[in-house]
Amino acid sequence: MRNKAKLAGLAAGISFLALGSAQAVEIEYWQYVFETRVQAMDQLIANFEAANPDITVKHTTFPYADYQTRVVAAKVAGQGPDVVQLFYGWLDTFVSGGLIQPLDPAVFPHDAIEADFFPIVSAMKRGEDYYGLPTAVRSLALFYNKALFDEAGIANPPANLDEMLAAAEATTKRDGAGNITSAGITMDMAGQDHHWWREVLVRQNGGVPYDDAGNVAYNDAAGAAALKFYTDLQTEQKVGVVGFMDEGQAAFRAGLAAMTIDGTFRLGAFGSNPFEWGVVELPADANGMRSNYSSYFANAIGATAEGEKKVAAEKFLAYISSPEAMEIWLNVVGELPARRDVAMTDANLADPIRAPFLKGLEYAHTTKFVDEAGQRQVAVDMVNRVLLENQAIEDSLAQAAQAEQAIIDAAAK
Amino acid sequence: MASDTITEGAARGRLWDRFSISTKRVIWAWTFLALPILFYAGIRFYPTLQAFWLSMTDWDLLRPANFIGLANYQKMFADPVFWKVFQNTFLYLLIGTPVSLIVSFLIAYYLDRVRFMHGLIRALYFLPFLTTAAAMGWVWRWFYQPLPIGVINSILSSIGLEQQPFLRSTTQALPTILVPAIWAGLGFQIIIFMAGLRAIPSTFYEAARIDGLGDWAILRKITIPLLKPTTVFIVVFSSIGFLRIFDQVYNMTTNDPGGPLNATKPLVLMIYQTAFSSYQMGYAAAQTVVLFTILLCVSLLQLWVLREKK
Repeated sequence: MRNKAKLAGLAAGISFLALGSAQAVEIEYWQYVFETRVQAMDQLIANFEAANPDITVKHTTFPYADYQTRVVAAKVAGQGPDVVQLFYGWLDTFVSGGLIQPLDPAVFPHDAIEADFFPIVSAMKRGEDYYGLPTAVRSLALFYNKALFDEAGIANPPANLDEMLAAAEATTKRDGAGNITSAGITMDMAGQDHHWWREVLVRQNGGVPYDDAGNVAYNDAAGAAALKFYTDLQTEQKVGVVGFMDEGQAAFRAGLAAMTIDGTFRLGAFGSNPFEWGVVELPADANGMRSNYSSYFANAIGATAEGEKKVAAEKFLAYISSPEAMEIWLNVVGELPARRDVAMTDANLADPIRAPFLKGLEYAHTTKFVDEAGQRQVAVDMVNRVLLENQAIEDSLAQAAQAEQAIIDAAAK
Repeated sequence: MASDTITEGAARGRLWDRFSISTKRVIWAWTFLALPILFYAGIRFYPTLQAFWLSMTDWDLLRPANFIGLANYQKMFADPVFWKVFQNTFLYLLIGTPVSLIVSFLIAYYLDRVRFMHGLIRALYFLPFLTTAAAMGWVWRWFYQPLPIGVINSILSSIGLEQQPFLRSTTQALPTILVPAIWAGLGFQIIIFMAGLRAIPSTFYEAARIDGLGDWAILRKITIPLLKPTTVFIVVFSSIGFLRIFDQVYNMTTNDPGGPLNATKPLVLMIYQTAFSSYQMGYAAAQTVVLFTILLCVSLLQLWVLREKK
């Protein structure tokens, strides 16, 4: 009799536990470590959990250098995240590796995505499916050091490339032997300059970096002119040196570079600069033509999420792509909202820091990278061959085009 | 049932008792050794053998591995970057090992004669060996920077010499990275050499002095030959170290790892990039097999060249 009572109690307990687990779904969210991003996400998770008491979100982060490896390794081990952050350029790897699943059009209608988000969201589309949605987008702009500009007697920040060269020349400081002690503009191909070259300078010289099929198309006069413009900064104008102060952003932060090209994500780091600085749109060419490069990290649903976890993951993804989440992200991280109506508010467009980046988004291009690190390395080597080995511009460009096309071909297989 | 256990126990007892003491010792020794052997077999030897298999597949972590024969090796031997990296690896070895050997011997030889502040000087030489390679790499990276922040270039330009590109040069970068790598290993080699020098009986030196030999002859006829076991150890040890160089290179060139233009890239860094940036695990395994073969050949060659002549 007593045993029966115990059994009944046990059964009740088990069913209660089962009930409990049915009510509280735990999903895992993965992103890489970047202090403000982690803070913003913690805030979003707290808000989401308050609104959805039956869902808990476990926030896991990894160092950026290991991040992709961890996601891939987790898939091999059969236990991936339910919602995962990825750079748009990794999408092909993530899709072909079966790491993420397409978004259900019933939950995320395509026409709503296309109407609300900036057009660059199309980089998350493969075939008929969207695979992820961004919270924030990034674009490039020209940062300038107001103190160095004042010192050189320059009243207005440069609006076009000629003015940029003139400002760089006026602000460069050299010692008796001609060595640069303070650069006019930073040169850091491993930083953001390869995007500037690819999507801005090549286009301003009348070319396109890639054709419609995604093949390399810069191996022509436009590409050569763009490369020459860039390497001339060091060899002809002598207003910058690759490797000066180790990194472009370090030189600018130290107040030893008058201008640098960098992205929205740098705003947090530059906020504590001990001098006054400003931001303007990337310089236009002589005809007033502008271009920009924009990129983003998107959030996607992990391939392993099923049933109630998938429903919870969809709810969470919808929340972190909502206007409210974008506002929080903008204020904490400084990255621009991915929804047009959240980004293009009068307040944002009047903001001297945010406005140049937002304007850039209007005419920005998004490179469809198949191997971002590999393709960046090709651009780094292209410039190094000209600067360090005195290779002819055309030869270096042709070699780069061939190497990058090989990467693109290998990825298509 | 109970009686069965007793008989079995007794049988086992009798079996154990039948062994001689020395057999028992051997059994005990093997029992204790079994743990590390199993551990090594599991985490060292098995993955090593696995790597040979992987090198003949196209495994990319995401999809199941397919056997592709020697295609990875063909690709590797046709890749100019691989040969550049191969050459760099041997440059690290062929410059690093002799230079560090000679410098550490000279320092140990003279330090052995110094009595004044001997311990302090020895400690100063040993200190870099205790420092994390990554931290050291970054400090040296800043030393090598161009003006206005690079210490070395500031000194050069203050005495009127032209500033040097160091890490930003395809020819200077490799030796530039070797300097801190050699410096870091020096302390360890000096300590080993000093121990070797101390182990040579002083009676040999006394006898030589009585016979009227000079310093140079003593060095050549007594010190260097008797230091041979120490030298063999250091040569093998530092060769393997230089063939596996990674930390210094990676930390001093993180913006363009192994650059500029692959001028400093050693094989280990290439393996790392192939495996963990491109996820070509099969191709990376093929490179690992090459590294393994090089390490094996170099070690065997050195042991043979420096063997005891009996």
